[in-house]
Amino acid sequence: MDTLPRPIELDWHPGACARVPYRIYTDAAIYERELDRFFYGGHWCYVGLAAEIPNPGDFKRSAVGERGVVVVRGRDGAINVVENRCAHRGVQFCQKPHGNAKTFVCPYHQWSYDLKGNLLGVPFRKGVRQGDRVNGGMPDDFELSSHGLTQLAVEVWNGVIFASFDRDVEPLRAFVGPEVGRYFERVFDGRELTILGYSRQRIPGNWKLMMENIKDPYHPGLLHTWFVTFGLWRADQRSEMIVDERGRHAAMVSRKNDGGRSDAVTSGVTSFKENMVLHDDRVLDVVVEPWWNGPTVTMLTLFPSLIVQQQVNSLSTRHIVPHGVGEFDFVWTHFGFADDTPEMTRRRLRQANLFGPAGYVSADDGEVIEFSQRGFAQEADGETVCELGGRGQGGADHNVTETLIRSMYGYYREVMEL
Amino acid sequence: MTAPPATAAISVEDRLRIEELYARYAACLDDARFEEWPDFFTDDCVYRVVPRENYDRNLPLATLSFESKGMLRDRVYAITETLFHEPYYQRHVVSGILVTAIGDGGYRVRANYVVVRTKTGSLSEVYSAGRYIDRVVDEAGMLLFAEKICVFDSELIPNSMIYPL
Repeated sequence: MDTLPRPIELDWHPGACARVPYRIYTDAAIYERELDRFFYGGHWCYVGLAAEIPNPGDFKRSAVGERGVVVVRGRDGAINVVENRCAHRGVQFCQKPHGNAKTFVCPYHQWSYDLKGNLLGVPFRKGVRQGDRVNGGMPDDFELSSHGLTQLAVEVWNGVIFASFDRDVEPLRAFVGPEVGRYFERVFDGRELTILGYSRQRIPGNWKLMMENIKDPYHPGLLHTWFVTFGLWRADQRSEMIVDERGRHAAMVSRKNDGGRSDAVTSGVTSFKENMVLHDDRVLDVVVEPWWNGPTVTMLTLFPSLIVQQQVNSLSTRHIVPHGVGEFDFVWTHFGFADDTPEMTRRRLRQANLFGPAGYVSADDGEVIEFSQRGFAQEADGETVCELGGRGQGGADHNVTETLIRSMYGYYREVMEL
Repeated sequence: MTAPPATAAISVEDRLRIEELYARYAACLDDARFEEWPDFFTDDCVYRVVPRENYDRNLPLATLSFESKGMLRDRVYAITETLFHEPYYQRHVVSGILVTAIGDGGYRVRANYVVVRTKTGSLSEVYSAGRYIDRVVDEAGMLLFAEKICVFDSELIPNSMIYPL
């Protein structure tokens, strides 16, 4: 059988990222190339937080693209990431979502591995003695060292764990770059983290739509009533759009204002509710934290798999796990810091009502992504328009722009050769 | 493994009142009479929707976490006025209502639920399966929820969660 990948047919005007063809959200062959070139090669993907596995032997299951991995802290304290697939018969050997282990043993034939993924032994390797003969066994040239688990490259940056199937990937800090890395280190400056819990949702849309959502400062003050009404994010705020030199990662940085009516940004906006008053405003009991140094919100996209959210006192990582061209899982890990007071922890948890699958400003992001995907299915040759703030790429000193999306597609086209 | 729940001695009459409370609660949500939903709760109620994963691991994050009837009213406003979503019907099937303790704090009750979601033009689907872990109190002859913790087994929320469980 011919195993060449299916050809990709795409009519995308060279160099133009102000239009994005629907086909890149719906074509399975394009998706397969994305998995190979973004999730399995040349990129670092998020797999978890070191605080989730504090002790030697602690492990959690995670994913890089569609491939299941196990993130485990070895006896030496170092964090390893191995593919959840036995070298023998391909069994996904780890079924517990988290736990503590001394070794990994595949249940099917008891092949055992150390916590780095090295094969320790296989039953009946030297055969089984029966009377004066020995039955079976592995061939004489069978080497344990040739049959370990797939071991991913791992880097831990101030408590955030990244992995790559590509052992030749560039160093993590160089991959992220100094522009966005600065904002990454604003949240993750080496302080000890406390895990507050998880939210998981399955969103029926292409995974890139979530990357775009957090590179799109246009929608929050229009779709999300809470943002425009209470001034958490809207077009009249002092904002910066930061992008790395290759256009793939970004930080949306802004400062809240008092909300309320402003003709320039609320006139005719149906989501703005001038008379909305909360019955219990503890959900918005914002307290400025010293480490913010100005901005009240920073939303980071680390292409292709991670969003880091700091929106007032609520903090989370959001992990994108694609499942086919039209669906992805979105895993939220909310966290705080080990030196938070009980009041601050409570505040972070209250503000979490804004986020996640039911959140006041996040539930409808999942909804509109689903509706986008349905729209794409209606017209195979359609394209989106992406022209707010011009047709160029790069950063901006305001939030009335779609430049970060165009920047991402500039990079995307280069890597995808589309 | 968790220990089996205790059961409390309860009169048939009280048991029927509690069962009726759950039936009325389900009917309210399934009829989409959301404005009436906060009236099932005390003023200083606790209402939380919690992934089982967080509940079992004592992680405090909830999908929704409200600490007063006022917060419930704010949620109702969001459902009806601010959260853009595709409308859907809910159908609650509540069973296995078990009163596990009776004391000064009222009745401790747990019950299983399944919520079937039906979107316009779509097939019905199991949306959330889980249990209620509740505290029910009698205020002036009315049974109300002082606490309602909805712990859902469903590992993934099918996109979003707009309406209460």
